Amino acid sequence: MTAVARHAGIAVRLALLAALAALALFPIALTVTNSFMSEREISHHYGALQSSDSSGEDAADMPTERVSIRWVPEVATLKAFGDVLLNRPKFLTLFWNSVRLTAPIVLGQTAVGTLAAYAFAKLVFPGRDKLFFLYLLTMLMPFQVTLVPNYLVAKQLGMLHSYGAIIWPGVFAAFGVFLMRQFAAGIPNSYLEAARIDGAGHFRSFFHIVLPLVKPGMTALMLLAFADNWNMVEQPLLFLTEPFRQPLSVYLAQIVSGEQGVAFASSVLYMTPMVLLFLYGEEQLVEGIQRSGVKG
Amino acid sequence: MPLHRLRRLRDSGAAIAFLGPSLTGFLLFYLIPFGAVVYYSFIDTPIQGHFVGLDNYRLLWDSASFRKAFVNSLAFAGAGVPILFAFSLALALLLSGAMPLRRTFRTAFLLPLVVPVASIALVWQALFHWQGALNGLLASLGLTPVDWMNSRWSFAVMVIVYVWKNAGYNLVLFLAGLANVPAEQKEAAAIDGAGPWRRFWAITWPGLAPVSFFVVVMSVVASFKVFRETYLVAGAYPNDAIYTLQHFMNNSFQNLDYSKLTSAAVLLAIVIGAAVYVLFRAERLAREAEE
Repeated sequence: MTAVARHAGIAVRLALLAALAALALFPIALTVTNSFMSEREISHHYGALQSSDSSGEDAADMPTERVSIRWVPEVATLKAFGDVLLNRPKFLTLFWNSVRLTAPIVLGQTAVGTLAAYAFAKLVFPGRDKLFFLYLLTMLMPFQVTLVPNYLVAKQLGMLHSYGAIIWPGVFAAFGVFLMRQFAAGIPNSYLEAARIDGAGHFRSFFHIVLPLVKPGMTALMLLAFADNWNMVEQPLLFLTEPFRQPLSVYLAQIVSGEQGVAFASSVLYMTPMVLLFLYGEEQLVEGIQRSGVKG
Repeated sequence: MPLHRLRRLRDSGAAIAFLGPSLTGFLLFYLIPFGAVVYYSFIDTPIQGHFVGLDNYRLLWDSASFRKAFVNSLAFAGAGVPILFAFSLALALLLSGAMPLRRTFRTAFLLPLVVPVASIALVWQALFHWQGALNGLLASLGLTPVDWMNSRWSFAVMVIVYVWKNAGYNLVLFLAGLANVPAEQKEAAAIDGAGPWRRFWAITWPGLAPVSFFVVVMSVVASFKVFRETYLVAGAYPNDAIYTLQHFMNNSFQNLDYSKLTSAAVLLAIVIGAAVYVLFRAERLAREAEE
């Protein structure tokens, strides 16, 4: 291949990639720029969405105006953010609910998973591989399968309609064990062998050798678990009955259709923690995804 | 006692300590209650019930809404997984090699994975609503607008959301797989005069087999999670084309219809379990064929 042809090939690929990346980022970027619009401007551009529910009425009454997507606000303002944070106590309450549900799951799942990973990756005990396969199978089951078991336990333990009904199954989700095992399996056995010859027991080996080496795995797991649970929909819909106890993930869709003026600003506030964590730990997240695909 | 047996004994003791918390929770929150679900699926009522054999399953299958949800979920996986697979593989091939801005692109494609769908549901609505931007575009081109969310088209819209959300995860897996394909082999084949198409099928594709297996498994799992997106974009009562098993479960849940809930959960577990088993078998056969 000549150098010219090669360069042309790369240019075509770059153009294609740029177009696809623009599509991937489109909804996110639009949400961010429109969060700086004034309420008046938002309802002007997106008002057509609200009039839709009048489908039963005379067709002649339907506004002909359609949604018009605008990238740049006429006047950039932080008013929508101020409005969300100062005038809508519900937003902050539900944001806090999301934190209270997500944080214990993320921390608990990482701790439980890391401990179990050591046993599955580095210890020999009867039934190990069969048990691990059972974990794997559970991890692959959709929520529709585990929902009823979760409900039965919550009822039995008297924590129905409480956060415990969501948090505890999350802490013990098989995914954490699976991902951490993939990382722990990557540690050479010779390291542990050497430690044992020096007289280290399992606990010292775990804390001094395994734990420092699986730190990237813990970061990856925390990010993936955070992304999954910050976004939870099924469990709160079914297990939590009071609207004020719901996390923001369920409620945001309703804000979005009801109060468009602040919808984009609330969306931006909601996605910011997740996006910042992602940019901070992207390398570990990528490694985590890669390890999830390695047979070991 | 021989030394290795002593070690195994010590290992087992440590295994109990390290595995203890996880195993307790796993048994208590997943395995035992699932056993209870299997049991409930064979009796008529949870309290003082009688064994009714497969009656609950027959009733479940007779329910039109279950069949609709079941078929939709299978159709979604059947259409979505191959599309997502092809799309992410194409992305990975575009990004492979010494591409400039490689990391920036990867970040862009991974972002949808971490951005909560709830926060951009409004954009999806603004695009696909009857009076949305897409229909505005169609109208300006002189074409007939389509009621995207209230017709069969909603299925296609959800496939797009599914691909948008999950392509980044698979892209990372495929990139790792491509990195393991030996570059010398490709160069040698190129010198021998093999075109890009032949090189892909003869060298790259076999090298991707282990990763592909995992991509398919994770994509199937993700396809059952698409309820989230469906719920957030289309609400609790979507068009028939995207009425999923999760909608069915939610409805049965509201009526606390135990016989339907438990038999549906068991049936779904069997279907997913069988799919996973077939995939694992296929992967093993493919690996043995290569050796």
